[in-house]
Amino acid sequence: MASRIYHHTLANGMTLLAEPMAHVRSAALNFLVPVGCIYDPPEYQGIASVLADLITRGAGPYDSRQLTLALDNLGLDRDESVGGVHMRFWAATLARNLPEALEIYAHILRRPHLPADEVDAVKALALQELQSLEDEPRQKVLIELRKRHYPAPLGQDRRGTREGIERLTIDIIRRHYQRLFRPRGTILAVAGNIKWGPLRDQVERLFGDWDGGEEPVVKLGEPAASGSHIPKDTTQTQIAIAFDSVPIGHPEYYAALGAVNVLSGGMSARLFTEVREKRGLCYAVWATYQTFKDRASVLCYAGTTNERAQETLDLILEELVRLKDGIAKEEVERVQAGLKSSLIMQEESTSARAGTLASDWYYLGRVRTFDEIQAAIDGLTPRKIVAHLRRHGPRRFTLVTLGPEPLRPSRRFAADTPVVVES
Amino acid sequence: MQFHQHELKNGLTIIGETNPAARSVALGFFVRTGARDETPEVSGVSHFLEHMVFKGTPNRTALDVNRDFDRIGAHYNAFTSEENTVFYAAILPEYLPQAVDILADILRPSLRHEDFEMEKKVILEEISMYDDQPMWSAYDQAKRLYFANHPLGNSILGTKESIGALTRDQMQAYFERRYVAPNITVAAAGNFDWKRLVALVKERCGGWAAGPVGRKEVREARGSGAFEVVHKEKVVQEHVFLISPGPPVNSPLRYAADTLALIVGDDSGSRLYWALIDPGLADTADCSFHDYEGTGSFYTSFSCEPGLTQKNLALVHRVLAAVQHDGVTEEELRQAKSKILSRVVRGSERPMGRMQAIGMNWVYLHKYRTVDEELQAFDAVSRKTIRKLLDRYPIDQVTTLALGPVAKLRRVRGGNSRNGKR
Repeated sequence: MASRIYHHTLANGMTLLAEPMAHVRSAALNFLVPVGCIYDPPEYQGIASVLADLITRGAGPYDSRQLTLALDNLGLDRDESVGGVHMRFWAATLARNLPEALEIYAHILRRPHLPADEVDAVKALALQELQSLEDEPRQKVLIELRKRHYPAPLGQDRRGTREGIERLTIDIIRRHYQRLFRPRGTILAVAGNIKWGPLRDQVERLFGDWDGGEEPVVKLGEPAASGSHIPKDTTQTQIAIAFDSVPIGHPEYYAALGAVNVLSGGMSARLFTEVREKRGLCYAVWATYQTFKDRASVLCYAGTTNERAQETLDLILEELVRLKDGIAKEEVERVQAGLKSSLIMQEESTSARAGTLASDWYYLGRVRTFDEIQAAIDGLTPRKIVAHLRRHGPRRFTLVTLGPEPLRPSRRFAADTPVVVES
Repeated sequence: MQFHQHELKNGLTIIGETNPAARSVALGFFVRTGARDETPEVSGVSHFLEHMVFKGTPNRTALDVNRDFDRIGAHYNAFTSEENTVFYAAILPEYLPQAVDILADILRPSLRHEDFEMEKKVILEEISMYDDQPMWSAYDQAKRLYFANHPLGNSILGTKESIGALTRDQMQAYFERRYVAPNITVAAAGNFDWKRLVALVKERCGGWAAGPVGRKEVREARGSGAFEVVHKEKVVQEHVFLISPGPPVNSPLRYAADTLALIVGDDSGSRLYWALIDPGLADTADCSFHDYEGTGSFYTSFSCEPGLTQKNLALVHRVLAAVQHDGVTEEELRQAKSKILSRVVRGSERPMGRMQAIGMNWVYLHKYRTVDEELQAFDAVSRKTIRKLLDRYPIDQVTTLALGPVAKLRRVRGGNSRNGKR
């Protein structure tokens, strides 16, 4: 079942990964460049996002319009996005167009024009995007949750701040690019109907003589301390909760993943069953796992009408705490079935594979094989998951709500458990 | 890849495209019913019923349904549109019998009273959720404004009032009328054995009642041409929709319509991109084409800082007028085609994408098209076809709705096509 995965590290430290998939006609590429928003200088929060927009407005021989046309001509669906650690350049198209696309991406990464006369437009767009968040309460509450849960700047949002964006000038943006864009730490993953030899040679030719850039140092501070309720005149109250888990690569990683899936893996998982199916308290309720290299969290979300928000919050917290009290064998079997079928279906998507190759490399320094993951999934048991939860389970919660009225955290069970809710 | 088709005696159709190289199989039950088939007193019943289908049968409780799906690791869900209610699952090939068993079983739901009342709360929460998403409210209201008294203007979710007043018996009556065998198509794509699928579906669905199928008021809509500003102080950005007429789903012009929508409003390199996004005037801008039975429409939309709304509205009118007057360029057409080629090919690489494509094609046109045939139809679109499309369905003949903090907007009359962008 498992296909062969190729790896090549260039002398300058850039990593190339590839997975040929003979049964498809497309290919996807995924660049991770270590210029995520946690490297935004505190006074210029939002600079990575502005750079990610400006960087495709002309590069190498192309001006802004020509560059867009060149990419469009190759039929690329593409996205340039900023995460915490990385700036990500993703594109997918017919496999036969991939070599030409790589030529253009080499220009974008290495020879962007960063034109001065586009800065105002890019800043205006960044400010509008920041403002539009006010019309998306679910996104807003999750952003505020991460800011309050992780030490700064790990929970920082890519959109930055109004002040940070307004302060940007072309010189500041260009310096940020020159300082941080670099081959060391950059990962390129390609998956699809491709041939390894020619791909490796082309990437050597395009990126082999790339150098420069520095490894920035990030000093961790404190999580944002501001209050846990964001007042807003909305129909529903948004509830967001986070607690610590273990990162990918940790010996208990799969147990942690198992625990999240018992909570929220399918429609028979606990949160959906207890909150929605049995009580009809909300339409959307879920938990998800998010990892950095050295730490990870489980993030939970629910949106519910204001008068039922307190009950929903109490119930979710109760479910989170109850998890360590025991898990049924049947629950774990369902989690295993879900994880296994996702693992196999991923092999049908070039984008999914290109994404996994790159993120595995970043987190683990290697790409996990199909058999390795399958064996880890098969090895899950209720005992292992419960043991993990007793050691690393939810103890301290970060809670953020958004809506007309604040909620009271956790009074129902606070008395008999050592759980703390930060607010 | 091979196509197969079979009709059961009660009128239920089964179609399938087998692909032994696939790792999974996707299975869908397409019921040809949706918001347009509702009367005002049961507004939202199609979507509510879609939820109730998951709440169990004489053989399964609601919890059993979810557990049985999860036990086989299915990726499953359902959706309701103006014209279709679709239930689907992607599974590993060995679980096909279980997937057919569950889907066929839940398509004959018990509609138990207590489940009905519980799920009503969930639907009301869903309505509240969309209430807080102004882009969605704007879309829903714009659609109603455009279609006026045409049933395609019906809301899919319904309202708090219509859902609140809906009874279980009204839903049962709707179910019995619309979920008859001849109104249902079962579609599968991916790695499965065709004969086995037919046997499984026949065993589980062969006894379903037949009955008359149909749809009222399948007529063309050209749009009311109205202009409305919905003032909402608590919304931050202004959200604007402009809807114009387009060809129906069975028209050969629909390929030209998809292509034109891409040229006007794709997220990269389109006319709206250059006019609004590139200069930083709006945070979103889009044009998409939706085709229905009897009619179709183009949805052009943008959202922006309230102070820029009037200016942007004028720019969008100019873009639409320029397209209407001058059509598109050869270069634009070429780019659109390479994007479409790549999207269609990639979409068809997953059984789920293929199942939806062949299912919809069958429901609407009773035809099967291979991926290559689909691509050929797009490839045949020429500037001439697009001209013909625009002559018949002027894209600048818009119905407009703006929702947000702006209290007043001037209606933009006509467009100055000579000064069109590009």
